[in-house]
Amino acid sequence: MKKILAIALVLCMVFAMSATASAADTIKIGMVTDVGGVNDQSFNQFAWAGLQDLAKEDPTFEVNYLESKTDADYQTNINTFIDEDYDLIITVGYMLADATREAAIDNPDQKFAIVDDATNADLENVACLTFAQEQCSYLVGLIAGYMTQSKTVGYVQGMVSDTMNLFGVGYISGVLEACPDATVLQYNANSFIDTAGGNTAAKDMITKGADVIYHAAGGTGVGVMNACAEAEIWGIGVDADQAAVLNNDWIISSALKDTGAGCVAIAKDLKAGNFQGGEHHYSLADGAIDFATTGDHIPADVLEKVNAAKEAIIAGDLVVPTSTADCPTFTLG
Amino acid sequence: MTKKKGFLDLISENRFIHILLSILLGFVVGAIFLAVMGLSVGAAYGRLINSVTSLKGFSYVVVYAVPYIVAGLSVAFSFKTGVFNIGAEGQFVVGSMAAVVTSIFGASLPKPLLIPLCFLAAMAAGAIWGVIVGVLKTKWGINEVLSMIMFNWIAFYLSNFIAGIPAIKNEGTAEATKNIADNASLLFSKDFIKSTGLAPTANWGFIAAIVATVLIWFIIEKTTLGYELKAVGSNKFAAEYGGISVNRSILTALAISGALAGLAGALQVMGMGKRISIFTSQEGFGFAGIVVALIGCSNPFGVLAAGMFYGALMYGGSKLNLEGVPTQLINVIVGTVVFFIAISVIFANLKRLKGRAAVKKSDAKEEKK
Repeated sequence: MKKILAIALVLCMVFAMSATASAADTIKIGMVTDVGGVNDQSFNQFAWAGLQDLAKEDPTFEVNYLESKTDADYQTNINTFIDEDYDLIITVGYMLADATREAAIDNPDQKFAIVDDATNADLENVACLTFAQEQCSYLVGLIAGYMTQSKTVGYVQGMVSDTMNLFGVGYISGVLEACPDATVLQYNANSFIDTAGGNTAAKDMITKGADVIYHAAGGTGVGVMNACAEAEIWGIGVDADQAAVLNNDWIISSALKDTGAGCVAIAKDLKAGNFQGGEHHYSLADGAIDFATTGDHIPADVLEKVNAAKEAIIAGDLVVPTSTADCPTFTLG
Repeated sequence: MTKKKGFLDLISENRFIHILLSILLGFVVGAIFLAVMGLSVGAAYGRLINSVTSLKGFSYVVVYAVPYIVAGLSVAFSFKTGVFNIGAEGQFVVGSMAAVVTSIFGASLPKPLLIPLCFLAAMAAGAIWGVIVGVLKTKWGINEVLSMIMFNWIAFYLSNFIAGIPAIKNEGTAEATKNIADNASLLFSKDFIKSTGLAPTANWGFIAAIVATVLIWFIIEKTTLGYELKAVGSNKFAAEYGGISVNRSILTALAISGALAGLAGALQVMGMGKRISIFTSQEGFGFAGIVVALIGCSNPFGVLAAGMFYGALMYGGSKLNLEGVPTQLINVIVGTVVFFIAISVIFANLKRLKGRAAVKKSDAKEEKK
């Protein structure tokens, strides 16, 4: 018994000897993930990868993340960073909008940034990082429109919301630009995790003649991409370069959205002393949005046209619609 | 014959020491994992302890512990009465959804009316969820473990469905329900939290958890109902012979257990949660209740302590990343603790084998004489 007690006491002493020290001139950046976690192969992961690269490149930045297990953890995690005197707290995803808003109002001197949310743009201490996902969706829409032979393409969306609808509006506009009499089969999976459901929806589209399918549906989309590979038709990925990530040779391109670029830009602003609240919009022009060419499946003539459209968008000569009203073919919204 | 008490006797006779030892082993195994990964044991465990010992940290622990304690009571109660309520997860979910829906439609009611109403709705929803499974078991003999696991998923998708109904769905962009009505919130006032330095989510839920603990202890130990339920749990044939209706007891036990899990859900959402998101995976409060009930030896007061321990691990563990330690360390520790508690059967058997061997030896000696 005495032995157990002695061991316990020794262990207690070891625990108590923790040291936390940090130099005064470091800039501490804390990132709070949503329930997807830091390895979600989507916005959480890219944001974290961007911040890690930043810290490697410039050692004055100290970066850290906290993962949220449930919806109720957001507030706790944000407050942990506030208690630890972090200079900037980046919250990833619109699910954290309410928690971020509450913390930002309670702590007016604390700086925040939130990915994929514009509802907090009225607060001076919150930078809202939004991305022109309609632009990359438009470009892959062009690819789909030029590639389709059946003049039928598919689209699977994870959820209907203003942010998500931008993917569909951009994609359909692109398809119709490249192939004006194409039919776009659309499906709202109402889930970002339903791989089996995505697979079924894609197979259904394939039987209806679709020969290119794009998804903006996270994990649900993995099922879509699998169905495409099985049927040997082209799939188009989203967020990440999914041809590489999923190791799928039937993914012709992916609509890339690098949340990390936005996080890094706002961190650099902070270091330079000109952090500003409000909406920060990232687009093709700054490289946060792009399309993937992994696998070199895109024919040279198509690639040329898509690159020309990309240049036109960057130059401002081509404006991709951002509202469902401008794209009557989009039926999910 | 006086025999010196050995180590095995000590831990097989004293549940308390056995549990403490299991917890200690959990931390030792955690430390081994840390060492293998080349991480500092001191930094990790230091962070764990520092973050739960301040006033603010402790209030966080209490906030985190409340749903675990009540979900733990739910499972512990079912253990005592011979059914294994693995369905606490689903009962928790329907309970929290019932509380949210009640608060949204009753938002204009005054606080003293709305809060009990939300509790009642949550407990009723949890109880119904438990009783359905009970009826399946008593009427058609369907194994409750199987149907409960299925009912967890039914609750999961039902909750996602309800959260998407326009009258319930969040007005903003979030894929979640509206926030619960202010009058249904258990949170302390903002001024009080600011002046005392408590956690921003500090709330009255712990009172409900303590009341539930005492009440369940009272029911199990001091009432005829508790006696009957325990009798069925120990040996249902003997209980039936003694004139107790086994089927009715099972239904009652599942109703009470389900009501507790539902209450846990209400406490979570009316305390720190505020809303229910559209789930992408099970949040696991009900499953955590099983762990808490195991660590607490199914004793209500043990569950209270175990729930606090679990809450401390969850809150302290959430900060481990700041030390570069993966939060999964907590899963390693909890898993190890449960493992060592669960193998108590082996300790007991070892002791019996030892005893048998000793008897054989002495028998052999006697024969030689």
